[in-house]
Amino acid sequence: MTAPRQLHDCRDAFTAVLEALAAANPDVVAVCNDSVGSSKLGGFRDQWPERLINVGIAEQNLVGVGAGLANGGKLPFVCGASCFLTGRALEQIKADIAYSNANVKLCGMSSGMAYGELGPTHHSIEDFAWLRALPNLPVIAPCDRIETAAATRFAASYDGPLFLRLSRVGVPDLLPADHEFALGKANLLRVGDDLTIIANGVLSHRALAAADLLAAQGLEARVLNMATVRPLDDEAIIRAAAETGALLTCEEHTVFGGLGSAVAEVVVRHRPVPMEILGVPGIFAPTGSANFLLDEFGLSPAGIAQSAGRLVARKG
Amino acid sequence: MEAHQLRAIANRIRRRDLQAVFEAGAGHIGGEMSVIDLLTVLYFHVLNVDPNAPRDPQRDRFVLSKGHTACALYVTLAEAGFLPKAEISTFLQPHSRLNGHPNCTKVPGVETNTGPLGHGLPVAVGMAKAAQLDGAAWRTFVLTGDGEMQEGSNWEAAMAAAQFGLDNLTLIIDHNRFQQGASVAGTNNLAPIPPRFEAFGWAVAEIDGHDIEAIIEALAPAARVPGKPKCIVAHTNKGQGISFMRDRVEWHHKVPNREQYERARQELEEAMP
Repeated sequence: MTAPRQLHDCRDAFTAVLEALAAANPDVVAVCNDSVGSSKLGGFRDQWPERLINVGIAEQNLVGVGAGLANGGKLPFVCGASCFLTGRALEQIKADIAYSNANVKLCGMSSGMAYGELGPTHHSIEDFAWLRALPNLPVIAPCDRIETAAATRFAASYDGPLFLRLSRVGVPDLLPADHEFALGKANLLRVGDDLTIIANGVLSHRALAAADLLAAQGLEARVLNMATVRPLDDEAIIRAAAETGALLTCEEHTVFGGLGSAVAEVVVRHRPVPMEILGVPGIFAPTGSANFLLDEFGLSPAGIAQSAGRLVARKG
Repeated sequence: MEAHQLRAIANRIRRRDLQAVFEAGAGHIGGEMSVIDLLTVLYFHVLNVDPNAPRDPQRDRFVLSKGHTACALYVTLAEAGFLPKAEISTFLQPHSRLNGHPNCTKVPGVETNTGPLGHGLPVAVGMAKAAQLDGAAWRTFVLTGDGEMQEGSNWEAAMAAAQFGLDNLTLIIDHNRFQQGASVAGTNNLAPIPPRFEAFGWAVAEIDGHDIEAIIEALAPAARVPGKPKCIVAHTNKGQGISFMRDRVEWHHKVPNREQYERARQELEEAMP
């Protein structure tokens, strides 16, 4: 058993990097929809009040204004609760950001089921599906504060639009402190040859814990952290399918159209192997905290390990 | 540029637009005819834009929010030197960069992609905000339809523009009183538009959107009202310049047959200044 590790809110890492970027580059602006607190922009506002552009509760305008600011030479980080940012303003994201190639960083805060008990209106468990259907919009879900910081730095250096999916649910550090983000590249969190567990966001540490449980049963699981849902790391998936013969995906997202679907699209074309997709099973979630709901949907370490055991039994 | 020269250009743009729609067999000719005088004054008298430096950071920004009238924009951009004039004949052809709605990643002079309505004003607010942050002199103009103002996103943007005090932003509403399927009044009546914008904190002017001198005056820097975004309600006619199209809702996107095309062409030629 590993000792309990300290948990961190990834938004703090995001904010720290954003403020460093803003200090170095006067064109960095933050745009929000009355979400200064929930996007952790209070420090930014205090230091650069004129560069904190709060459009009020108006997500369509939020995204359009972001596109216009980029056109005018600014580097906008457009921050809002992921459920509203992606759901309410999807057409603006498509037309004004992705299709127009606006250099806007969309930051979906408190994504997945982070809002837990507030209910399905506030859950953002469709954003992978909606956004990965769009061309020219990388979709990134960091797994810890280290990857969050690295992905935020990457976002500023990347010339084009992208979407950062940021949770508020505490997660332990998984990646080395000097980790550098590479778009479309999975990180190997654990070696193993009996199956591969692919996860991202708040599921990566649960996948690792599941691998520990499996090891105790004599199964060695490879664990891949796949922050980038689009463009996907096809090569790592094909190699995992070839070398381990079974793939299990875990995501804080509906099982329809998310990470699991994206992986399956690669597997079915290149290397068909037994696969299982774990996530929210296509329902509006009942009342409960994010961690309670993840456990409820079979995404506890024990639940993931159980699915993994069944999956390995299907291998030829 | 003088008003009589602008009238000649507008007439030339109308004729080329008519031909392009006729040859392509598609387009939105009614709304194109209603905005051409506005586009002409913008591109040949008001906008500080350079076809040789279409991305100059200090350029004025123009957003055609009613993106379905792209053909009129393409012809205007070609007339202004942003595109080869010969390219207009590729409008809507396979792999042409001139599709039914403008694409800023392919067509020089286009600032943002429009097509779905209610997108231009929010983007223009962002542009004007960027200039305000920099204390830059460049101005932002956005042209919408009147039916388009039924989209709620416009009113989100209208609130923000007033809140931010964007007096470097000018919204021109092409008030031709018709939308795709019927009159605006008979669909979801927005009239009277001016008091609505005044209530939202904007400075408002009403003009005849086919009166070149009136457009020039309304868009002059001197017309700026400190601290307030400007809304110009341009009273126009759908199908302006072609008698049998004028104020006829069916010409929103109807395509003239050969006989109608010849008749329209003749009318426009006779109206050449």
